[in-house]
Amino acid sequence: MTTRNATPNDPVVRVRGLEKRYGDLAAVDGVSFDIERGETFALLGPNGAGKSTTIEILEGYRTRSGGDVSVLGIDPTRGGLDWKSRLGIVLQSTGETGNATVVEQLRHFAGFYPNPRSVDEVIAAVGLQAKAKTRISKLSGGQRRRVDVALGIIGRPELLFLDEPTTGFDPESRRDFWTLIRQLKAEGTSILLTTHYLDEAAQLSDRAGVIAGGTLIEIGAIDEIGGADARVPVVRWRDASGAPRSVQSEHPAATVAAITAELGGEPRELEVIRPSLEDIYLGLVKAHDAASTGGAAAASATPSTATSQEVRS
Amino acid sequence: MSTVTAERPTIARPGVVALGISRIGYEVRSYFRSPDAVFFTFLFPVIMLGIFTSAFSASGNIGTAPDGTGGISVGAYYLPGMIAAGMLLSGVQNLAVDIAGEKSDGTLKRLGGTPLSPTAYFIGKIGQTLVTGTLQVGLLLAVAVFAFGIALPTEPAAWGTFAWVFLLGIITSALLGIALSAVPRSGRSATAVVIPIVLVLQFISGVYLQFNQLPEWMQNVASLFPLKWMAQGMRAVFLPESFEALEPSGAWDLGLVALVLVGWLVVGLVLSRLTFRWIRRDA
Repeated sequence: MTTRNATPNDPVVRVRGLEKRYGDLAAVDGVSFDIERGETFALLGPNGAGKSTTIEILEGYRTRSGGDVSVLGIDPTRGGLDWKSRLGIVLQSTGETGNATVVEQLRHFAGFYPNPRSVDEVIAAVGLQAKAKTRISKLSGGQRRRVDVALGIIGRPELLFLDEPTTGFDPESRRDFWTLIRQLKAEGTSILLTTHYLDEAAQLSDRAGVIAGGTLIEIGAIDEIGGADARVPVVRWRDASGAPRSVQSEHPAATVAAITAELGGEPRELEVIRPSLEDIYLGLVKAHDAASTGGAAAASATPSTATSQEVRS
Repeated sequence: MSTVTAERPTIARPGVVALGISRIGYEVRSYFRSPDAVFFTFLFPVIMLGIFTSAFSASGNIGTAPDGTGGISVGAYYLPGMIAAGMLLSGVQNLAVDIAGEKSDGTLKRLGGTPLSPTAYFIGKIGQTLVTGTLQVGLLLAVAVFAFGIALPTEPAAWGTFAWVFLLGIITSALLGIALSAVPRSGRSATAVVIPIVLVLQFISGVYLQFNQLPEWMQNVASLFPLKWMAQGMRAVFLPESFEALEPSGAWDLGLVALVLVGWLVVGLVLSRLTFRWIRRDA
């Protein structure tokens, strides 16, 4: 194994000024971020924003047009088999016919790796014990997706790529999957996740980056992303005439007390809401779209004020 | 699950030969679970032998001397051609369609993200062809003997010839199948690209039609491709000596059979190495 990646403190993924052009079109245009060892990092963004292109460059499937990329200390375009044996890749979609059974497929793939996990344990971890001897082609879409995840972790990867892993899962399977990911994280696995389920990103990741139009428009800890303004709680109620009212407040308890005093009683339909990651994400993407398509006025709107305005309306 | 630490013990990856053997087992099992492969590749020559033997059973022997002696049944005459066709189908048709499908359904992309080497993958495919091709020829010979009463050669020399023609032919077929898999644009179009090639070759190379009765230009075209030489090699093994005179050159030309097949083996190897990708190159 090559050892220029030796120090454990180096980030497992390091991306600097990454570019990918197809002719005149820049699919990825100057993206930079790090993923620290043991961290779960979510890459969020609309379809076509450049998420999958970025991931596939990190996985070694695509070449880049510019910038520097290092994954486990190695440039993916020169990643050999030893490098691949340290990665786990769950691709976005699969259309394989799969006439092997679940246990046959996992046992076979386990044989590719120097230090694989136990096949039985992995089948149990993805909840497919009852289907272990069923051919993959006979499984439902969600069950096949669990096989994909199982194949991604069978090699005991240091770094796991999860590209929309829970598409097709029912809510219960999604919870089970979250438990599995937390367990992998507890064992020290670094994870790069893309998902359209913002609650999933909020549940699982330490940090997130939002990519839109090929550029990284926001990056930060999952509970800080979008800035403090975007996270100010909103108080909603109906006033004396029954009209809906809402106000953003840093001190919602005081606000509620003031409203109660003003109304002289319990406000109707009172709610205190903290913007979810989904609200914040949508605000960021909307502000980016406005900035890239609209005029100077739209471009001057910061993501956080745009979010506040949207919440106030 | 045991814990993973940043300080991983350096354990060697499994070797390419061990992985290749593991791939052969996986590929053979997958082949026999695919109804298309079993019918159109594995059983097809057996079915064709059955049809030819039954359909022409009334038309008498082939190669009978003017005095009414000698000659062999139609089934016996066509047996070597069917063996050659089986080699072509097990290699070229099977692998070209199979790999083109794996390329378009994401199987290869998934494998390309694992530490499986392309060499181990190739060993798996060639091994699958070798194993299924051997079982196929065994079945053909068993059906020929037990169902149609065709006599097989008894001299060890004939079986020696059989062994090298079969091995050389089937490995060449496998490599050409891998090379040809790069041509179809999608898995769905693979059969449309591959089957006409394979079918035309069978008609002009002496599998379904008596080679010495084809027009000379057709014989010359067929001589450019490996199937004609596989069929000729198999005729040298299974037909009586008296049939050697029926060959266009008047001889079995086994040296030439070896030379042409080795030539195509090298072509297949080079093309496979040059064209094989886990995924289609992006722009």
